[in-house]
Amino acid sequence: MAGFFSRLKEGLTRTRQNLVQKVEELITGRTRIDEELFEELEEILISADVGAETALELVERLRQQVKTQKIADPALVKGLLEAEIARMLGTEAVGVDLTKGPTVLLVVGVNGVGKTTTIGKLAQRWKDEGKKVLLAAGDTFRAAAIDQLEIWGQRVGVDVIRHQEGSDPSAVAFDAVQAAISRGVDVLIMDTAGRLHNKGHLMNELKKVTRVLDRALPGAPHEVLLVLDATTGQNAINQARIFGEVVGVTGIALTKLDGTAKGGVVLSIHGELNVPVKFIGVGERVEDLRDFDPQEFARALFGREE
Amino acid sequence: MAMFEGLAEKLQGALRKLRGKGKVTEADVTEALREVRMALLGADVSLKVVKQFVSSVKERAIGQDVLESLTPGQQVVKVVYDELVQLMGGSNAKLTVASKPPTVIMLVGLQGAGKTTTVAKLAAFLHKQGRRPLLTACDVYRPAAVKQLQVLGTQLDLPVFSMGTDISPVDIARAAVEHANRHGNDMVLLDTAGRLHINEELMTELEDIKKTVQPHEILLVVDAMTGQDAVNVAEAFHAQLGLDGVVLTKLDGDARGGAALSVKAVTGCPIKFVGMGEKTDALEPFHPERMASRILGMGDVLTLIEKAQATIDANMAREMEQKLRKADFNFEDFLMQMQQMRKLGPMDQLLGMLPGMGNMKALKDVQVDEKEMKHVEAIILSMTVEERRNPQLLKDSRKKRIARGSGTSVQQVNNLIKTFEQTRKMMKQFTEMRGAMMGKAKKGKGMFRLPFMR
Ligand SMILES: Nc1nc2c(ncn2[C@@H]2O[C@H](COP(=O)(O)OP(=O)(O)OP(=O)(O)O)[C@@H](O)[C@H]2O)c(=O)[nH]1
Ligand SMILES: [Mg+2]
Repeated sequence: MAGFFSRLKEGLTRTRQNLVQKVEELITGRTRIDEELFEELEEILISADVGAETALELVERLRQQVKTQKIADPALVKGLLEAEIARMLGTEAVGVDLTKGPTVLLVVGVNGVGKTTTIGKLAQRWKDEGKKVLLAAGDTFRAAAIDQLEIWGQRVGVDVIRHQEGSDPSAVAFDAVQAAISRGVDVLIMDTAGRLHNKGHLMNELKKVTRVLDRALPGAPHEVLLVLDATTGQNAINQARIFGEVVGVTGIALTKLDGTAKGGVVLSIHGELNVPVKFIGVGERVEDLRDFDPQEFARALFGREE
Repeated sequence: MAMFEGLAEKLQGALRKLRGKGKVTEADVTEALREVRMALLGADVSLKVVKQFVSSVKERAIGQDVLESLTPGQQVVKVVYDELVQLMGGSNAKLTVASKPPTVIMLVGLQGAGKTTTVAKLAAFLHKQGRRPLLTACDVYRPAAVKQLQVLGTQLDLPVFSMGTDISPVDIARAAVEHANRHGNDMVLLDTAGRLHINEELMTELEDIKKTVQPHEILLVVDAMTGQDAVNVAEAFHAQLGLDGVVLTKLDGDARGGAALSVKAVTGCPIKFVGMGEKTDALEPFHPERMASRILGMGDVLTLIEKAQATIDANMAREMEQKLRKADFNFEDFLMQMQQMRKLGPMDQLLGMLPGMGNMKALKDVQVDEKEMKHVEAIILSMTVEERRNPQLLKDSRKKRIARGSGTSVQQVNNLIKTFEQTRKMMKQFTEMRGAMMGKAKKGKGMFRLPFMR
């Protein structure tokens, strides 16, 4: 994660609201734990998109801990909070299992969150690990979306199954699985058109894609990766909930963490839906993908690295 | 989520105990405004802005005779709402037009905000007003971004200026303006690559484009789903480029859109347009009142009323009501009513505007299947006029013919007939509900359900 943090730090030092500084100010020059400290921690959480309710809950729990454990040193408080957040997010990094024949990974999300880019990055990573990767251009709707994935395929050096713009994504899904099986690939990653989760007909279309995948290869899709943009606020909860209900999300990729947004909303999502964050995106280049690490994420919420 | 409960009701609860008390103390208002704070934060208004906002509302509310009113909660909502509207309102919501064409409009923003689509929408909008826009592909970074704009240009039958991806965006912008000069394009729309506000190199590139072509409008494109970071982004873009306006995209989603308030608050720039869908005609002017009720979770009642009034012909509606009362509502009326409803816009959007229905749970139950709706239409259109007027005529052989004619199955025809009876009732409910809404009275309970709703 060294790269991630150096980039994150670069960003942080450039922004006016330097959270590191804010927190340090908060801790230093404070000799006792008072209400102000809790309030400021709450505000940091809210500013990181954790959401007011979750932030309130977290800080309340912190208050209790401080009380029952008779903690008096203000310098310890933030560490406690970070540990609590990391605990909430699950203690271990969870990857994707690619050992059982063609693994089919469906990538979904609202418009512009970084689905196609994430697919390019994943393809590169798994190819580098010696896996045979195949891509499917399931976004047949957005102008030039197929070409975009095709360019990623060329960059990485993997094949792309494509139909024409405007064709049925389910047909792409079916063909792609056939190809994946006959070519003996390890992983098939299918792109889909960005869609807002409140559009019933588009969500039905996605559901159909999963049905067709399952028909073509029982058990598929084995992974449904929901891509969330870290810049998104509380609406991400709705996104996770509805996509989860319709296609059964198994993991989250949180993108654009190279900006100043912190993606704190995944805390609520994890709490409510128990879907783990599996990957994070920290830039537009093919190498800008990292495994999610709850502890480091928690630290980054407060703008601090090791 | 509790956040979706109407703020009005929550405030009502919080303020109930105040009723009958002599004077509102500052503490009382503070208590009430805690709910307001939570509502605004739940809508993703930036914390900084919320704090400023709440303290200014507080000042206004303390002085007022909140307790005189029977419904202090409503009163506070009104104060909050008015303040929000005022904050988001801007007198100058029009696009600046150059005295000497071409007018250059540059769109900027984060990755994935919707710039390219917005360029196409703006071009379509301007073209409709008799302008001759030139779409310009300055995004040389994202794979296939140039192609995307070209495809959109072709769809709209409007010219796209591009120079591939090996030329610097600054040079492309300059060449585009020259091209417009030569070819009589009076508007140049620059689609720039998405970038992070902290990326110095790319932010400088925008500055260079600005210096080179001196745009008349620099519009920041902001995703309505943006969270707390909206202020940082808007501040940085504004500081470096001096924005003229904002376009808020993806408002057809269910985000409460607090970013609208944040961005306006930190830049002072008016929100000039909102994006309401992926199609190139889904661009609308910004209405601060509607945005205010949306941020507060009160449902966009105003928009719905306006839409309904503009689209449903009053006489026709009255006629329909009479028919309903006489119970001789038939398939012809049904078709007409359905077409009327369609004119109101995509059903799911429409339903989202009803108070209490922007709420996801309610919407989830009422998914509208546009495809199914088309089937229903096809079936009715395959009936003879006689059959439409007299549904009892529909026996097996006729059903078969209708199914064949409409490309559906006999079962689908049966389903439609079966639900037709129920539908009469539903339609009646809709008419009643619409009536109630025009009177702005009832909350959106008593759901109606048509065969094309799931
Ligand atoms: N800074 C940054 N930009 C990213 C990241 N991931 C994706 N992007 C950019 O975000 C923009 C949108 O990415 P896409 O991959 O096209 O997003 P998408 O979800 O496939 O978009 P649609 O298919 O249009 O819905 C592009 O400009 C990407 O380069 C990231 O981690 N950081
Ligand atoms: Mg895509």
